[in-house]
Amino acid sequence: MPMRQEDIHAMILAALPDAEIDIKDLAGDGDHYAATIKSAAFNGKSRVQQHQIVYTALGGRMGGELHALALTTLTKE
Amino acid sequence: MTRNVHAELEATINASPIVLFMKGDAEMPQCGFSAVVVQILKLLDKPFTAVNVLLDPEIRQGIKDYSNWPTIPQLYVTGEFVGGCDIVREMYQTGELRQIMESKGL
Repeated sequence: MPMRQEDIHAMILAALPDAEIDIKDLAGDGDHYAATIKSAAFNGKSRVQQHQIVYTALGGRMGGELHALALTTLTKE
Repeated sequence: MTRNVHAELEATINASPIVLFMKGDAEMPQCGFSAVVVQILKLLDKPFTAVNVLLDPEIRQGIKDYSNWPTIPQLYVTGEFVGGCDIVREMYQTGELRQIMESKGL
């Protein structure tokens, strides 16, 4: 069961209220997305920790109903 | 006796300097994301141990729990989790991945 782009956006924003989020549906199939997320919550964190924050925001859906989400995380000064 | 997947994974990760948990094997990856990481390791010309998670559902789930990371592939260098496909690609492009490996004498 794929996830809707709006739902991905909403879940990330709920966890990271300051986030600037850009999501692209790569294949138009609602199953392969790329997201660029900029948030102060990433400041001082390793890349692995930054991505873990996003995966936590998605509440375990990543790797399950959300098959592919290419992530780019950016810090915010 | 129940299987101790955590201990098995720890042993695998520490048995070789570069370990890639992937779908399929290095010669024939079964997933595009795994294929990207294999390609990068080959471009860097670093020998690695590939673990095909598709052969063992307990390892497939176990490594996700072990690393607190929901997806495959996963790259470990000298026992440390480096990241999945996106991070490995980014670190390859910036030269950071080669730097980390060479700083560890690989």
